[in-house]
Amino acid sequence: MGIVEAILLSVITAATPLVLAAAGELVAERSGVLNLGVEGMMIMGAVCAFAATQLSGSPYIGVLAGVAAGALSSLLFGFLTLTLVANQVATGLALTLLGLGVSGMLGESFLGMQGIKLQPIAIPVLSQIPFLGPLLFRQDAIFYLSMAIVAGIHWFLFRTRSGLKLRAVGDSHGSAHALGVDVIRTRYMAVLFGGACAGLAGAQLSLVYTPQWVENMSAGRGWIALALVVFASWRPWRVVAGGYLFGAVSISQLHAQAFGIGIPSQFLSSLPYVATIVVLILISHNRRMTLINTPASLGKPFVPDR
Amino acid sequence: MPVKGQIASGRLLAVSNLTKLFGSFAACNAINLQIESGEIHALLGENGAGKSTLVKMLFGVLAPTAGEISWMGDNVRITSPGEARKLGIGMVFQHFSLFEALTVAENIALSMDRSISLARVAEEASRLSRVYGLPLDPNAHVADLSVGERQRIEIVRALLQNPQLIILDEPTSVLTPQEADRLFETLLKLKAEGRSVLYISHRLEEVQRLCDRATVLRHGKVTGACDPRAETPASLARMMVGNDVAVVTPEGTNTKGDVQLEARHLSVAARTPFAVSLKDVSLKVRAGEVLAIAGVAGNGQSELFDALSGEYPVSDDNAVQIRQKPVGTRNINARRLMGAGFVPEERHGHAAVSSLSLSDNLVLARNQSDRRVFLGGGFLKIIRQGAIKAAAKRISEAMDVRKSGEDPPAGSLSGGNLQKFIVGRELDRQPAVLVVNQPTWGVDAGAASRIRQALVDLAKAGSAVLVISQDLDEIFEVATEIAVISEGRLSDPYPARELSREKIGLLMGGMHGKTEGAGAEHAH
Repeated sequence: MGIVEAILLSVITAATPLVLAAAGELVAERSGVLNLGVEGMMIMGAVCAFAATQLSGSPYIGVLAGVAAGALSSLLFGFLTLTLVANQVATGLALTLLGLGVSGMLGESFLGMQGIKLQPIAIPVLSQIPFLGPLLFRQDAIFYLSMAIVAGIHWFLFRTRSGLKLRAVGDSHGSAHALGVDVIRTRYMAVLFGGACAGLAGAQLSLVYTPQWVENMSAGRGWIALALVVFASWRPWRVVAGGYLFGAVSISQLHAQAFGIGIPSQFLSSLPYVATIVVLILISHNRRMTLINTPASLGKPFVPDR
Repeated sequence: MPVKGQIASGRLLAVSNLTKLFGSFAACNAINLQIESGEIHALLGENGAGKSTLVKMLFGVLAPTAGEISWMGDNVRITSPGEARKLGIGMVFQHFSLFEALTVAENIALSMDRSISLARVAEEASRLSRVYGLPLDPNAHVADLSVGERQRIEIVRALLQNPQLIILDEPTSVLTPQEADRLFETLLKLKAEGRSVLYISHRLEEVQRLCDRATVLRHGKVTGACDPRAETPASLARMMVGNDVAVVTPEGTNTKGDVQLEARHLSVAARTPFAVSLKDVSLKVRAGEVLAIAGVAGNGQSELFDALSGEYPVSDDNAVQIRQKPVGTRNINARRLMGAGFVPEERHGHAAVSSLSLSDNLVLARNQSDRRVFLGGGFLKIIRQGAIKAAAKRISEAMDVRKSGEDPPAGSLSGGNLQKFIVGRELDRQPAVLVVNQPTWGVDAGAASRIRQALVDLAKAGSAVLVISQDLDEIFEVATEIAVISEGRLSDPYPARELSREKIGLLMGGMHGKTEGAGAEHAH
């Protein structure tokens, strides 16, 4: 394996959790719910995935546990903001703090343990393609899932009636209610999906990216995912573009630092953020399209008048 | 599509003793209403009379506290809009329940049966829109459409359900006279097919022209059921308001003074993709004049108001002049200090903060222009509660603002009463220049006439008044001069007496060629 391939492989590994968490959050936000707890749900997914893998010996059970942990965390968020109509911003921040704290507690006994890595699955025939094969078709299950999820979200949002309803709820919950769409139920579903995706992203961190448990190992990726959703103007494939760009620049700058290029390391470390924001702003400069894609009732609580 | 039983004639809907309580307040109190098949039935009433509440119960949005609804002879309980649609009731809302970010076809599909594919919805929608003379492009985004076009979507959406009863809530308030005529033709076509229409309006002339029967509501109760054609506008208005509505008397002999408000070649680029840019707008308002600016919503009215008031100052200082001094780059408070007053369009969230009391709202608007009276303690700027309360009381009395308690939150007032307070807040300063955007939008007849009279009186007292309005009745009541705004361009002003409704209508629509097939031009 050449150096280029190695770098590209590490880019994919770095980008996958961002894409997953951002794609899930995109669905929640398209329904009008701003869940700032992505970081918290992710870290809960990471610790539960690691723990379940250690206890069962199977990383696949770990993946399931990560998804369940993310979904459960988001269910708590949904209950507070949708049923009890608590403030979404405050609740989301609280969920992040809660997740970081609880994961530290749960993970204490797993600190320093040797992790079990989720093994790549080679897809017959396709993995034999030179260069691309080992990159794209000799990957772990979570990578395949991330691509399937993004494609699925795009199809769901823009091709199905339920997706149409979800977008309608995010655009104007009052009108959607008047048309007989169950706003709260739709939002619960979207929030749960977002949580499951964040949990899966966390599982990727502790089972693929660095197969071990370290406190705060999500390291702000949840926040980057949140920003990606906005800069991608709530469009699924742009989230992928943003995630991979971020991953590519962060990996390259690491290599650049290793090579000892004469640029201050602080500047290099900030490059992924700067580059991603600049590029996504450039591709979303069409303000009309941005407005049409922005969920107009994002973050607004809904209480049906009865 | 489901076709309901044969009902060529006979009673379609009967409502008896329908009551809706909000706490102890009866929004609807023992309402009785009958609608026959194939009739256009008017529901008349002031704002807050209970029309919207009644209609929401018929459409399943609100649950009645007591009473019965019978549909084609069967007692029914309508618990959701979906159920209402299944029965055969369609609704066109006053504030459209459309999704701006979605296309026309997607909007329509949302209220359709699951089984119908998006492509078929689009096909069916264009077919219906052709049959009923409501041109629409199914692939246009709603955000790009005019208000008239949006209303067509609502109507087509209702028609796709093949309803026996269509409810329209104040449908003409946003249309040009020509667009309204087209709507009436559509409604008569529906009636000829044996469908019924429940037509909610406060425009007596329309009701007399269009409707077979009328039910009049006041304070949540039915105060009359009549044949509107056998009544006079005055007698209908009496049923609505309870006493005769004062007729506004515009003064033809105002002495005209110096130019107090002027715009010179004012051009402003659109701030958002959905806004309109102002193109070379010039206008002059002299002391003693009321210049009314007519136009269909969304043709640059808000942008013009923003530029004149200084909510968004413009780059050219000379483009806006107040009392012959250039103020284009100055902000709203600087302009207030020069003797101007401004009343924006939206009452809630723009002209007033709903959750704050009336006196707090007064401080927010006038803390600069009346600093000496309202604020004390030197640089500490402590609010003088006594002076504020006295001013709020004075305004409430002058404008006959009806409220519960001494100083209630702005949001607790009805639309008409809050609007009277907001207009009174500016009038109280005796401004030399007053700019008002949609002064009586969604306000009941009594309050509207009170506000219009106040505007006329202010001009008579020697101020320059600029009224931006979509309501032609209002414009003819108050204006001495009329200009028309269309796609950000302002027409020359005409003396009000020389201008007919037809001419205004042509200026509103004709200047930018929005006629048949306009919808198709919006394809991207």
